[in-house]
Amino acid sequence: MSFQILGTGSYVPPRAVTNDELSEFLDTSDEWITRRIGVKQRYICTTESTADLALEAAARAMENAGVEPQELDMILCATISGDDATPALACMVQKRLGASCPAMDINSACSAFIFMLDTAAGFFARKKVKKMLVVGAERMSRLLDWSDRSTCVIFGDGAGAAVLGEGEGYLASRLLTKGGDDVIRCPQTNGASPFCQRPQPHPFVFMNGQETYKFAVQSICKDLKDVIGEAGFTPQQIDHVVLHQANLRIIQAAKKRLNIPEEKYWTNIQKYGNTSSASIPIVLDEMNRQGRLKRGQILAMCAFGGGLSSGACILQW
Amino acid sequence: MVFQKLAKKLAEHIGCEESAITRESTLESLGIDSLDVVEVVMELEDELETQLEMDQKVNTVGELVELIEAQMSK
Repeated sequence: MSFQILGTGSYVPPRAVTNDELSEFLDTSDEWITRRIGVKQRYICTTESTADLALEAAARAMENAGVEPQELDMILCATISGDDATPALACMVQKRLGASCPAMDINSACSAFIFMLDTAAGFFARKKVKKMLVVGAERMSRLLDWSDRSTCVIFGDGAGAAVLGEGEGYLASRLLTKGGDDVIRCPQTNGASPFCQRPQPHPFVFMNGQETYKFAVQSICKDLKDVIGEAGFTPQQIDHVVLHQANLRIIQAAKKRLNIPEEKYWTNIQKYGNTSSASIPIVLDEMNRQGRLKRGQILAMCAFGGGLSSGACILQW
Repeated sequence: MVFQKLAKKLAEHIGCEESAITRESTLESLGIDSLDVVEVVMELEDELETQLEMDQKVNTVGELVELIEAQMSK
């Protein structure tokens, strides 16, 4: 027993920020950002909290699935940019949704949606749950140094959610952690005590772009090949490839190395930027609502990011 | 050896004659950004069956060759 996806939802704040708008206060340009990252615009929170984004995406997924809050047996949220250390984002989604089930957060940065699906599969396998809500929600804009043109142009805010029900749709998975803070890091600096003698780090997202790119491309290629093989498929039998929308160049480099036709990849980083753990469920929701996903189709999904971490899975829609 | 292999990869990557690439060529003048560099380095890793870390900023093809050779001799 694993699960199948019953419905999806997504939400981004209404404020769109274009590359041209960023170039008004940063030494950058639409041409540079487009060539280097593939992003044309991103949505950025103004008054919205991470919980606001998560709740709206969750409510849309619940409506899409036809599931009521009281039917949920567990809520998982993935975030690195939650509003509070406690309560967990999932707890606030539970309260505001009107559910009464256990709820907790998972942190594996941009890979977290796959880690969350794998965690969910365990609850289904143990028959502890019949319906689960999983949400990836990020307010990345609060973790960025908006004077650093190499990082702040990459990310966007948003949330994506899926409602899971009993089924046999989760066919194979692979999780990987290569622990270290030298390639990607976002220090948490709140609450230094008067006794603390540790230096205060720069409290924003840091990325070594070249090493991140290399880890990402290598992870996509290896992890996807592994899970496709583990599920007993060939690359040609995959209907859709859903990758974490980190950087269009990463996706293009992976495409060159994987023997999967171009038209099977879905990209939307152009419109949203990198929304970390929300990126895969936002893609899924776009595809679902545009009628691209048919029951029985095979999806290969892969995400990678801070940790370093990567995760891949094969899902039958 | 590394220079010839690198020049061939760079030429393929940007679509120019191999002879147009010299050790003195700056990456910027060739229209190569840092992600192009890592892409070409990854291709070299496959070919040379080695792992190369991109832990220094390089400006010219010659500096990139030196970085790769230094790591290969470790």
